[in-house]
Amino acid sequence: MKEKNSFVREVAEKKYEYGFTTNVETDIIEKGLSEDVVRLISQKKGEPDWLLQFRLNAFRYWLTLEQPTWGHLKMPPIDYQAISYYADPTQKKKQGTGEIDPELMKTFDKLGIPLEERMALAGTAVDAVMDSVSVKTTFREKLQENGIIFCSISEAVREHPDLVREYLGSVVPYKDNFFAALNSAVFSDGSFVYIPKGVRCPMELSTYFRINARGTGQFERTLIVCDDDAYVSYLEGCTAPMRDENQLHAAIVEIVVKERAEVKYSTVQNWYPGDSEGKGGVLNLVTKRGHLRGANSRLSWTQVETGSAITWKYPSCVLSGEGSQAEFYSVAVTNNYQQADTGTKMIHIGRNTKSTIISKGISAGKSQNAYRGLVKVASTADGARNYSSCDSLLLGSHCGAHTFPYMDVHNDTAVVEHEATTSKISEDQLFYCNQRGISTEEAVSLIVNGYAKEVINKLPMEFAVEAQKLLGVSLEGSVG
Amino acid sequence: MSAEKQYIDFFGEVHDTIAARSCAEMNEQRESAFEAFSAQGFPSPKVERYRYAKVEADFSPNYGIALTPLTEQLPPYCFRLTNAEPQVRILYNKVADATDSIVALNTMLCVDTLVVHVPKGIRVEHPIQISNILKGEQDTMVSRRILVVMDEMAEADIIITDRAASQSRFLTNQVIEVVMKDGSHLSLYEVEETHLLCTRYNSVFVQQGRNSSLHHTNLTLFNGHTRNRLDILLQGEGSEVTANGCVIADKMQRVDNNTLIDHQVPHCTSNELYKYVLDDSAVGAFAGKVLVREGAQKTSSKETNANLCATSSARMYTQPMLEIYADDVQCSHGSTVGQMDEAALFYMRQRGIDEKEARLLLKAAFITEVIETIPLESLRDRLHVLVDKRLRGELSKCEGCKLCK
Repeated sequence: MKEKNSFVREVAEKKYEYGFTTNVETDIIEKGLSEDVVRLISQKKGEPDWLLQFRLNAFRYWLTLEQPTWGHLKMPPIDYQAISYYADPTQKKKQGTGEIDPELMKTFDKLGIPLEERMALAGTAVDAVMDSVSVKTTFREKLQENGIIFCSISEAVREHPDLVREYLGSVVPYKDNFFAALNSAVFSDGSFVYIPKGVRCPMELSTYFRINARGTGQFERTLIVCDDDAYVSYLEGCTAPMRDENQLHAAIVEIVVKERAEVKYSTVQNWYPGDSEGKGGVLNLVTKRGHLRGANSRLSWTQVETGSAITWKYPSCVLSGEGSQAEFYSVAVTNNYQQADTGTKMIHIGRNTKSTIISKGISAGKSQNAYRGLVKVASTADGARNYSSCDSLLLGSHCGAHTFPYMDVHNDTAVVEHEATTSKISEDQLFYCNQRGISTEEAVSLIVNGYAKEVINKLPMEFAVEAQKLLGVSLEGSVG
Repeated sequence: MSAEKQYIDFFGEVHDTIAARSCAEMNEQRESAFEAFSAQGFPSPKVERYRYAKVEADFSPNYGIALTPLTEQLPPYCFRLTNAEPQVRILYNKVADATDSIVALNTMLCVDTLVVHVPKGIRVEHPIQISNILKGEQDTMVSRRILVVMDEMAEADIIITDRAASQSRFLTNQVIEVVMKDGSHLSLYEVEETHLLCTRYNSVFVQQGRNSSLHHTNLTLFNGHTRNRLDILLQGEGSEVTANGCVIADKMQRVDNNTLIDHQVPHCTSNELYKYVLDDSAVGAFAGKVLVREGAQKTSSKETNANLCATSSARMYTQPMLEIYADDVQCSHGSTVGQMDEAALFYMRQRGIDEKEARLLLKAAFITEVIETIPLESLRDRLHVLVDKRLRGELSKCEGCKLCK
């Protein structure tokens, strides 16, 4: 028993390896939220007037809303006036030589995100965002040869204002929900991707989000537009330092997919989940949505979630193009006091649209893990097809696993199926492994990985390896 | 608040009349129910369990409100609340969810309670049938209340039917409370065959003791707007419940079944099967939650909801939910929305069955799965006939039974 305790302690200590902070001179604006703050952010980023108006409209609308409470979550109260809405760790660069602060370089190196192109893994271009500002985007020139635009959204506003203006808010309008309105008012950096007609993006595009400064939140905004017959695979990764305060992350991701185009969006979410007592951690309240506008377009969301104290998000797809197809693959792991209420929305509008939902929840410790999903078939969506499967695995008798699927079917030719199971790891499987000399801890890891394989297989290779490791780390110490 | 106002005002006017016609146990609960109702008003669609119901619209019309007590002549095991044994009387309003304002409205306006009390160890040979017949020239709202108490090892079958014998508008607000003590067995059937102008709100609350078993079947064969709430609280180890239901709806009918099976203790089993056949512009909703509380280990639960939409204007909302706080459990749910199997239709047409008949057969077969689970043979046979008639569109026709004359 003693030996086991020491093992558990060891694991708890090493568990979150991205919990360091970076000492970098950061320009943080005063805490609080008001019209002046919104104007200040806009001014700091040198934005045109239309964008300022967009922000102000969103802010005024946000003031009329109340924070929703319908999630299956115990949310700590968020004081929106106690957060600083803009933190810029790159100010040195602006004042001086144009070089990136070596501290920042080191940080991203430590996170395994090389900003030097020569050191980078071949085949991945990265936009690295720390706090409110994009630090660097690699391989931009190479991508530009194909006409692909990959840059931070602030640059896109300056360099491609027409594109941004056309698509910003077209998938997630600022009136969508409370957090979307907040983000639309104060959003800072994020990535902008435009893939022109017929171009197959030659490398994986990736954004890495890092929260560093204390007392701030991150409100990034990502906009991906994939024109006719184009293809892109996009990866998102995220980490934050270990802090005993809750940090707010309220992002928006908008994806526009045109005719016969295909977008793959993969996320490995590894925000700081709080300590084993449930103190601190990131509150991840994100609105992600893709609009399949063109006929025969495809979009897939793949997510592996191990981090953040509270996850409340529903990456969704609006299938309006005829014959469009959407997929959602998710593994959500919660341990200790983590809470997740996550899933997807599939809104079928076009004819012969198809969607697949595969969700795997794993709960351990004292965590609560809920799948909530909506499949809506409009009366126009003749021949729509959906298949959903949600499985939950419980490791421990103090955690919870919940499934809240919603199916609204307004069409007689649609076929919608949903199935869900909840169970624990079977004694038989564990016994079988033990018999063959595999310790219980290893056996659990083996079984969990097998269980999550269906989703992990959908991730790009490097991500899949990382995700597999993360699953192991997140669950260590949760057996027994 | 306009829809609520007429009930609040009405209660103010007739409070004394109700109290005089009713009994002490019911009057005791009336004031707090009135307070709860006036404070909350009708639940909006934002209240999760009323998401698919249109409560305001259903309760807004101006109904005459029936305040008639039950007769004294009741069959064996059936009583008016005042005449029931003291240990039964105190159970009134103990199982129902007092925070639900539809229940509060019933507690507020209901004049009499029908008690079915089966004493310890008694097995009631013949099914007890409770027929609710709505009759009257005026539009009427009825508040009905039933309390079923099954003592230890008692056994009974209860059939509750809802009919309408005249073409006026009716609004029924019914609350059924069931207390099942250790080792008792109960089969409870509810059959609704009213007409398009009938609105029914029905809330059933069951509390189950150790090793008790309940078979609940809810059949909506013909209706206007129906909203059924079923809450089953499994409070004794080894208890079992089967909660099934079927719905046949067409025209502008609306049926909403909202169920909760609450596993509070270990070693309980629940099975749930709901099937819907929706035609024309009918709207169906099913929201079933299985809640497994912390410590309720070795729970086994299965929930299935299958739906058939026969037209493009029929709508189905389904929401099978699992909320689980214990790890050693086997829970599953499945839900489908689809249409008729073209291959099966083709097979039948090849054999000379015309398309209309073939479709009818398929619908009947779909519903049969639910009816076949009914242990009571005579009821099962009767229901097969009723379902067939219903699908042929003959059920709404009045057969001129002796009630109408």
